[in-house]
Amino acid sequence: MIRSRTAQMLLYAGLTLAALLVLYPVVYSLFMAVMSPAEASAYPPSIVPHSFHPENFREVFNMIPVATFIGNTFLVSAIVMAGQLVTASLAAYAFAQMNFKGKPLIFSLFVATMMVPWEVTMIPNYLTVRGLDWLDTYQGLTVPFLATAFGTFLLRQFFLQLPKELFEAARIDGCGHIRYFLFHMLPLSRPALGTLAVYSFLNMYNSYLWPLLITNSKPMRTVQIGISMLEFQESTSWNLVFAGITLAILPSLLLLVFGLKQLVRGMAAGALKG
Amino acid sequence: MAVRARRSSKRSSLQLRENVLAYTLLSPSLILFGVFLFYPLLKSVYLSLHSTDPAGRIAAYVGFDNYTALFASGQFLDGIRVTALFALLTVPTGMLLALVLAALTQHRLRGKRLFQFAFSLPMVLSVGSAAVIWKFLFHPTLGMLNYMLGLAGLPPVAWLVNPDSALLSVSLMTVWMNLGFNYIILSSGLQGISEEIYESARMDGAGAITVFRKITLPLLSPTLFFVLVVSIIGAFQAFGQINILTSGGPMNSTNVFVYSIYREAFVNFRFGTGSAQALMLFLVIMILTLIQFKWVEKKVHYQ
Repeated sequence: MIRSRTAQMLLYAGLTLAALLVLYPVVYSLFMAVMSPAEASAYPPSIVPHSFHPENFREVFNMIPVATFIGNTFLVSAIVMAGQLVTASLAAYAFAQMNFKGKPLIFSLFVATMMVPWEVTMIPNYLTVRGLDWLDTYQGLTVPFLATAFGTFLLRQFFLQLPKELFEAARIDGCGHIRYFLFHMLPLSRPALGTLAVYSFLNMYNSYLWPLLITNSKPMRTVQIGISMLEFQESTSWNLVFAGITLAILPSLLLLVFGLKQLVRGMAAGALKG
Repeated sequence: MAVRARRSSKRSSLQLRENVLAYTLLSPSLILFGVFLFYPLLKSVYLSLHSTDPAGRIAAYVGFDNYTALFASGQFLDGIRVTALFALLTVPTGMLLALVLAALTQHRLRGKRLFQFAFSLPMVLSVGSAAVIWKFLFHPTLGMLNYMLGLAGLPPVAWLVNPDSALLSVSLMTVWMNLGFNYIILSSGLQGISEEIYESARMDGAGAITVFRKITLPLLSPTLFFVLVVSIIGAFQAFGQINILTSGGPMNSTNVFVYSIYREAFVNFRFGTGSAQALMLFLVIMILTLIQFKWVEKKVHYQ
């Protein structure tokens, strides 16, 4: 497209300004994280830090168990991610490749689950988890989220796109459903599986309300809850709060750097065809 | 005869095996949905018709008292009003902003990946961290927002403390937080529109704005529709930012639906009324979704 030079300049100026505004809250936390306590609570606030105190990060580790929080969150997210990949791919295979009694009914049951907002089941689920004595446990944090209707759909759509001839050829070679699923379909579906993996990991890593409800003890807290509790501690100085936030958002930032493409592609597939 | 019978019995045993295998594959999902979705849904209905003690045990059957109390106290209508206002403040702005940015970064552009990274960034921040960051940006005296206003010669704003501006402030943060998701979805929708259509329009001498209005918008309408549905449902499910920024205050001005359910069930330990409220939320979201599919989708152009 041929644009005039000024229009081009204006476009860049506008986009840069927008990008700066969007990035600012994150950059602000990085700046605050390395300020001295005095500078962090000074007025007028510094737009860029005039002091550099990387030892804030060490101090935050001494103050709250950030490493435990992050470790917990990683573990919980990884369990849910793995669980969702297994349950969703099994169910998606059944829907995409098999004929069985009651398929339309069960399929519409899956569709219906996507309509139910999670908050509606929150109270009974809390009571169930408490009844099982799962408060403050990894089971309590993960088991309710191991199955996903959205993920099943995403994978089913992908499975359906694979050529039918492939299955017929495998069939003639004497390949049963299980072998076909494990050794043909799954390897071919790596892009879709990757998308679901990133999506479910991020979702769990960032979840807030459920961990808030069912964890009480420090060693079981996830990082989202741990961070928001930081600011309620009276004596805490802001630079340390922000050092904690920086540590908490670092893993997701890395994930964005490496997984953006995968995420965009997969979310588009889910959004447009799901 | 015998051959056919044997063949059909072989086929039916094959069909039986296929059935068994299919249900085995579905069973993990079905069992989990049963325990953590279908059963709780029924239990919600049951709880909403009862009063409970603080431990969550059933105290008495109360019929529809929980519902009438909800309407009589105005709690339900207030919750709806605040949530609807919140949706009105966040959804159109969020979509418009994301659409403009996605359209501007659609074409070949130097540093395109950097812009894409910046605009998708808020998506990966959890509501927990993002809300704490914004809480400090909103700080009345030390916060950066008021400092900037001061530099521009404007009076400071009591962002989260004033009932008139609290919901607006929470919405501002929410628009920022949702930008990443909306931007990603809309840009990938734009990518799906083939370059040839644009080319032929340009050959016909159409200007950029005409192209956007006559080609981009109609072809993007399924994606816009998807973002609209997801954003509205998301607005009705907002919780984290409310809990951290305002705790529903000041004077209930930010007491959105889910926050009010949370307060009823897990702060006041009234699981019965909490469940009644949760079911009303379900109803509202269902109606909204149906309306959107019925009316809005008619205007959506599918390729």
